[in-house]
Amino acid sequence: MNFFSHMGRYSCLLKKVFSKPEKFSIYYRRTIKEIDNLGINSIGIVAIISLFMGAVITIQTAYNTENPFLPDYLIGLTARDTLLLEFSSTIVCLILAGKVGSNIASEIGTMRVTEQIDALEVMGVNSASFLILPKVIGFVFIIPFLVVISMFIGIVGGMLAGSISNTISVHDYVYGIQYAFMPFYVIYALIKSLFFAFIITTVSSYSGYFVSGGALEVGKASTRAVVNSSVLILLFDLLLTQFLLG
Amino acid sequence: MIELRNISKAFAEKQVLKDVSATFEQGKVNLIIGQSGSGKTVLLKSIVGLHDIDNGDIVYDNRIFSEMNFKAKKNIRKEIGMLFQGGALFDSVTIEENVMFPLDLFTNMQFDEKIERVNFCLNRVNLENVNKLFPSELSGGMQKRAAIARAIALNPKYLFCDEPNSGLDPKTAIVIDDLIKEITQEYNITTIINTHDMNSVIRIGDKIVFIFQGVKSWEGDRKEIFNTNNQELNNFVFANEFIKKMKP
Repeated sequence: MNFFSHMGRYSCLLKKVFSKPEKFSIYYRRTIKEIDNLGINSIGIVAIISLFMGAVITIQTAYNTENPFLPDYLIGLTARDTLLLEFSSTIVCLILAGKVGSNIASEIGTMRVTEQIDALEVMGVNSASFLILPKVIGFVFIIPFLVVISMFIGIVGGMLAGSISNTISVHDYVYGIQYAFMPFYVIYALIKSLFFAFIITTVSSYSGYFVSGGALEVGKASTRAVVNSSVLILLFDLLLTQFLLG
Repeated sequence: MIELRNISKAFAEKQVLKDVSATFEQGKVNLIIGQSGSGKTVLLKSIVGLHDIDNGDIVYDNRIFSEMNFKAKKNIRKEIGMLFQGGALFDSVTIEENVMFPLDLFTNMQFDEKIERVNFCLNRVNLENVNKLFPSELSGGMQKRAAIARAIALNPKYLFCDEPNSGLDPKTAIVIDDLIKEITQEYNITTIINTHDMNSVIRIGDKIVFIFQGVKSWEGDRKEIFNTNNQELNNFVFANEFIKKMKP
């Protein structure tokens, strides 16, 4: 299949996904479950990565700005802006494309090859909407919280690394993260994350939903979901940055 | 009653079904038999609407299914129960939730009523104390029985079974066959089973349709099947050594 066939099929799938749900109470329950499954279960990995990345960014910035003419608080400022502008939205979403994307593609792909999706269709259920919509809504809802958590833990990680390694005092670091703070950076990161969450869930669902064959194809669909989501995240990162900051 | 009128279906260049016509009666166990790759699964999936047919009509009790829009088809599908080859139970939820699933979606029953219905269906298929287990915790035969319980939860008018005995030992296969037969007669439903299991043909086949290379080659009942001159059907039926000895 060529690019345009995939785009056409992806659009048709989205039309099915966003059609009227059969029963709102069931969709609501499934959405809450997906928030837990895709979002809450990702807090751990987001926290660990953010803590270490915040620490590394701080130490690297300190190393690169060892200059008597540059004030120490610039380290905090740089760490803050790096985390807010790029790391906590784009990099965290790239990592989540791996975790959440492969999870979604393999779950839906397995349901396809074991005829569970056929069983839904035979019952008269819109399987695309039933399976995918709660994932999209759930993940788009939870992603801003994950991004904010990442920002906070990343900044704390930078502060801990700076003080433990004696590269910057806590006072200077705190002054740096407050200096010339632009609240729009947070909004910019949150807007990007919403787009990325949509990309991760829909592209991964698309990969899984159209699997045919067996376990091998489910594995391939899972890999394809991660690769395609990651490439699209990077592309949309560029477009959104140009649109929002350019 | 389900009628098939001149059904054809192709995938790309490959013609899988050619002009298949048949009638499946209510209260009877109707079997579609044929070798692997003969097109019987495509036929069954076309009847339930999982595949769109290229030509012909599928008629459910004088309602032309193949001409219906999505909404009308959806109403018919609520009257359909289907048992898939592997059971197709939702593996992330318990057996109770699996059987309750159609009740959740298509009825306004209270929770207690739903539980009562679930227990009734599970008891009907002789499954006890499995409500809180997950499908992976059950044997193949028990999974099939749980899938039958789910299929009958909404009191269907039509029951479809795709290779219900595949992967089961002969004794368990008999249990499943008998269960399907009992349910068909008890609820007076139209049952269509895809199979290549000759034990099922002998035991429960009220009406049999033989598909050979996508074409309906023969139809009759379980008595007639052993006295036919149809060469392809004879090759299929008497491929089994045991049945060969029964040849009149």
